[in-house]
Amino acid sequence: MQQVDQQQRNLTFLQAITEALSQEMERDKSIVVMGEDVRIWGGVFGRFKGFREKFGDDRVLDTPISEAGFVGAGVGAAATGLRPVVDLMFVDFFGVAGDQIVNQAAKMKYMFGGKAKIPLVIITMIGGGLSAAAQHSECLYSVFAHIPGIKCVVPSTAYDAKGLLTTALRQDDPVMFFEHKFLHSSTEGRPVPKESYAIQFGKADIKREGTDVTIVGLARTVHQSLEAAQELQTQGISAEVLDLRTIVPMDEQAILDSVKKTGRLVVVDEDYPRCNIATDVAALVASKGFNYLDSPIGIVSSLDTPPPFSPVLEEAFLPSVEKIVQSAKAAVHRT
Amino acid sequence: MSSSVMVDSKQKKRLLEMLRRMLTIRRFEERVKKEFAATRVKGFVHLYIGEEAVAVGVCSNLTDADYVTSTHRGHGHCIAKGVDVKGMMAELYGRRTGTCKGKGGSMHIADVGLGMLGANGIVGAGAPIAVGAGLSSKYRKSGQVAVCFFSDGALNQGAVHEAMNIASIWKLPVIFVLENNQFAESTSVRYATSVKDPSVRGESYSMPSVRVDGMDVLAVSQAAAEAVARARKGEGPSFIVCDTYRYMGHFEGDDQTYRTKEDVDVYRNNDPITKLRKKMAEDGSLTEKEFEELDASVLKEIEESVVYADSSEWPAPSEVLDDVYTSR
Repeated sequence: MQQVDQQQRNLTFLQAITEALSQEMERDKSIVVMGEDVRIWGGVFGRFKGFREKFGDDRVLDTPISEAGFVGAGVGAAATGLRPVVDLMFVDFFGVAGDQIVNQAAKMKYMFGGKAKIPLVIITMIGGGLSAAAQHSECLYSVFAHIPGIKCVVPSTAYDAKGLLTTALRQDDPVMFFEHKFLHSSTEGRPVPKESYAIQFGKADIKREGTDVTIVGLARTVHQSLEAAQELQTQGISAEVLDLRTIVPMDEQAILDSVKKTGRLVVVDEDYPRCNIATDVAALVASKGFNYLDSPIGIVSSLDTPPPFSPVLEEAFLPSVEKIVQSAKAAVHRT
Repeated sequence: MSSSVMVDSKQKKRLLEMLRRMLTIRRFEERVKKEFAATRVKGFVHLYIGEEAVAVGVCSNLTDADYVTSTHRGHGHCIAKGVDVKGMMAELYGRRTGTCKGKGGSMHIADVGLGMLGANGIVGAGAPIAVGAGLSSKYRKSGQVAVCFFSDGALNQGAVHEAMNIASIWKLPVIFVLENNQFAESTSVRYATSVKDPSVRGESYSMPSVRVDGMDVLAVSQAAAEAVARARKGEGPSFIVCDTYRYMGHFEGDDQTYRTKEDVDVYRNNDPITKLRKKMAEDGSLTEKEFEELDASVLKEIEESVVYADSSEWPAPSEVLDDVYTSR
């Protein structure tokens, strides 16, 4: 173990993702990468930088701006022996390729009586905070969690991102890997071991232990929740922060166990407020853990509007540390 | 035995196999029509009667390892690709023994092991998937080709255009086969498509494009042979327009107010099965008696498929949860 520790580095979130991909591509020749601008730029934010030189043109495929065409090509390649990683730049573009994800990738195994496997990984950026406005700031992971047949990974740290992406590339179901662009340069969380490791899907992670209130978050909201927990501590409230990490599968037991311990729940979800992960978690606890609750469930989400451009408006739109603190205090004081 | 007799015997065998496959599709579909009317087959059913020469002509050039993507009218492609009719009928009956364990039905019938990557309820959706199969073959250097069957309704779908473009720039072993059956549901291709000759759509993506009589299995087979050979040699995709016709409605229950019986009769009088049968009778490779025997054996096979389907177990309700994921 000592040796492993010496090799741990403070990688950024994006570096950890690049490393996981690179290591898995070295290990498994059936992995190919395809998307817009992946060869020369290495993808718009450089996720695949150097891949062309390392893995060659036949494994790093630049596509035209044809999301339905290249996501669908990923589905067909996955059904016939490859393990494609498709870059769907921003999740806001999913509508263009929606049929291939929702009607094809997600359903083929089931429709064909289990006789197909679709080991397809779609990486896509999510989230606000960069004034990227209405068509480049959404989260939308709730849409995919709604559809049976697609696994959904929503990591918050470099360590989790590397381990979860490694798992995504070693299993046989379609995976949407949501990469919050606000976290790209983040080095928060555990240091990242150099060698590859896999984190099991469906295992939430307690990022901070506490006793008074459970705050469930995912992606960027985990960091906001951790900041809120620090603030709450100065006010005498001990908050537990639970990071879902994957929403399909979702670790229901970890949520219920934590609420059982604290008696109070706040769910923080950057997606739109209707039919999102927060309402899903709230429904879970209301139906299976109602007796654990000492106060009504608090929900902090983005507002029910498209993401606005102006930083002032966007701040009002997004979940924030302050909103989480308020919600947690309300949960504790309403007891 | 002289070599010409050898060739003739080989050719006869080939024609007989094409005739048998076309007849199997015809008899299967006629039976499905009855089974649907009797409510033993549920859901939405789209029959391939009239278009048999397209699936059979193309697939006569394929091996089991090659891939096809299909449409909502997919039974013919399955049979042409060699999918077992017992499993198919059981699937339409919704039984556990069906090719998809009763999970897919008519619109999603598939047999991935035989390269049949699925009928598809979304018009044009098979095209990008065929491109992916072609990409996979090319990357693995396996020599397999992928055939994308689609109809004139899909000719105006963005996904088809994107797929044709990608197949062309990546020089993939994909053959796009347009089953130009004249109608997208009730809408005429002449109304819905901006070009008179659909083959220009292939040319605009820089792929060799031909237009053939889709009611003539030999013409289709010949065009497909050239396209498949090109694909296997690494020379990229091709486009084949097959002018054909569906004798039945778009779906079972369609009142067909968009055409007359006389319109249909024009094509019925040009029937692909009759045409091949006649040709074989003329060149002496098939007697009347031989045809009757062939038809009887096909009808027997279809009857057996119905008995098999009808006597198969239903899936257990608990199986509803199976096969959503490989691992939870």
